[in-house]
Amino acid sequence: MMKSDPMTDTLPPQAEVAPPPAAKPDHPMRETMKIFLRNKSAAGGLILLLAILFATVFGPSMYGVDPLEMVWVPLSPPGDGTPLGTDYIGRDILAGVLVGGRVTLIVGAVSAIMTIVIGILVGAFAGFFGGRTDVALMKFTEFFQVLPSLLLAMVLVTIFAPSLFTIILAIGIVGWAQVARLTRAEFMRIGNLEYVKAARAAGAGNAYLMFRVILPGSLPPIIVASALVTGSSILFEAGLSFLGLGDPNQLTWGLIIGQNQNYLLDAWWTVTCPGVAIFLTVLAISLIGDGINDALNPRARKRA
Amino acid sequence: MDIFRKMTPTLTRLLEAFLLVMAVVILNFLLIQLAPGDPVEVIVGEMGGASEELIAQLRASYGLDRPVLEQLFIYLGKVLTGDLGYSYYFNTPVLDLLLQRMPATILLVLSALVVAVVLGTFAGALSAKKPDGMGSHLVTLFSLVGYSAPVFWIGMMLLIVFASIWPIFPVSGMYSMRRPDGIGYYLDIAHHLVLPSVTLATIYIAYYSRLARTSMIEVLGQDYIRTARAKGLPENKVIWKHGLKNGLIPIVTMIGLQFGQLFAGAVLVETVFNWPGLGRLAYDSILRRDYPTLLGILLFSAVLVMIANALTDIAYRRIDPRMRRAKA
Repeated sequence: MMKSDPMTDTLPPQAEVAPPPAAKPDHPMRETMKIFLRNKSAAGGLILLLAILFATVFGPSMYGVDPLEMVWVPLSPPGDGTPLGTDYIGRDILAGVLVGGRVTLIVGAVSAIMTIVIGILVGAFAGFFGGRTDVALMKFTEFFQVLPSLLLAMVLVTIFAPSLFTIILAIGIVGWAQVARLTRAEFMRIGNLEYVKAARAAGAGNAYLMFRVILPGSLPPIIVASALVTGSSILFEAGLSFLGLGDPNQLTWGLIIGQNQNYLLDAWWTVTCPGVAIFLTVLAISLIGDGINDALNPRARKRA
Repeated sequence: MDIFRKMTPTLTRLLEAFLLVMAVVILNFLLIQLAPGDPVEVIVGEMGGASEELIAQLRASYGLDRPVLEQLFIYLGKVLTGDLGYSYYFNTPVLDLLLQRMPATILLVLSALVVAVVLGTFAGALSAKKPDGMGSHLVTLFSLVGYSAPVFWIGMMLLIVFASIWPIFPVSGMYSMRRPDGIGYYLDIAHHLVLPSVTLATIYIAYYSRLARTSMIEVLGQDYIRTARAKGLPENKVIWKHGLKNGLIPIVTMIGLQFGQLFAGAVLVETVFNWPGLGRLAYDSILRRDYPTLLGILLFSAVLVMIANALTDIAYRRIDPRMRRAKA
């Protein structure tokens, strides 16, 4: 089922229409997609996320105001010369929010990928080999799970000098524990199923078994977790740059909030607008994650 | 691993916690090695320069000329005797600084935890009662918001509301300018505690209500609940006594695992509300690049988290009879 996947994706659109609809059952991926889109909050989340992506990619050039230039009277409220007001040195908040999303989203996405990859690798080895490997790796995971992750990330970023790379690395290092636990549990469950035993008997090597036989089967919960991880990576990045630990040369939502922190009682808009942007982004991702969860979960399917 | 099996679960758990603490100490040592500059450089910088010989002498007195492994043992010895280094910025031994700030953070974290567990469980159980009702959807909505908004931003929004629109709570610090005596002193602290602890609790209310909802829905579908209903127990007793007893188990498990994250959240919340705890100290020491203090906080909070973790685990084994015989 997984193998036919890339084929349907690369087929030209005409070919998809060609066979009569009743002739073959729906492709599982498309079935999942349908359930996902029928779910109103999930579809809403998807639209929201696409809108945010569009705004951060094309917004800055469409709006055309330099986010780092002083363009108006400092701390002037929304509507008074600028749409979302200005910050403490007279920079346009809307321009800042549009540009700030780029770094936030890139850091969030890349560090989420890193978190997931580390988590899958650790969890896969622990779950596949079991025994002592499992005990050792799980102790290692527990160690990272109980450490105050933001504090560790703060220390790492401070020591290695703040830059996009160190921030991504720090978020990746501190966040993978939960993905590892999840992957391990899935590997242990699936590793005992008949088809895996059959593949092993047929002479499949460990690497093949782990990543070609077991991993595809354990992907659904990992995909759902990925959405959560992406959301929390974005929140993490926001927290770090709020504390002044972001890349000093890059404007991000968290940085705007942190820089205007001392003025929030005089100018609520300076911290409110970037915060709303973070909130909506993470909300969109959570909604999508919930939607995927419901679409992949057969019990929820019946309910829908 | 054979040694572990002969011991009681409690002892095993304590030994494990100790090993984890040692691992944190070693990690801390590695981070100190990686941090730019060493104490001698700082001292020399404060003196405004020194001769080569004096620098060498200072390095020797700090043991910095020894091999790394030996330095690690020196460091371990120091940590075990409570010497976490010296903060040049605050001009105090790091341990004194940490002990002075610790109570404020523990107060904040524990009160946030209590608020989150009580409200979260209550909301979750209530929504499990009628999974498709209005209240259930409200709980789901609230938990989505609590999940998605950055905690420091929630704090700021509360700060704006309670500073300018509806000033009934103090928005900064832990004490009033003029500290009242006796019982008033504690009431004053409690008054200051409201906003920071509610802010910190928001994420966990969201988290626990979700967890409680899922676990209660599952528990309420079980046979023993049907039996309880069939024998004519009032619905409230079924849910709040019979159901909640088992529904609480996943929440207790999560509490232990989340101490660390609560601490991390405290850093942000303390920064927003100027709460004089370890988190605010961490923020200040980052601004000053005060590495000994920053690393001391990491070590100290990791130790606190692991102690809390071990305690929840032990308590959990005592509460749940099924876990008493289970292996670690």
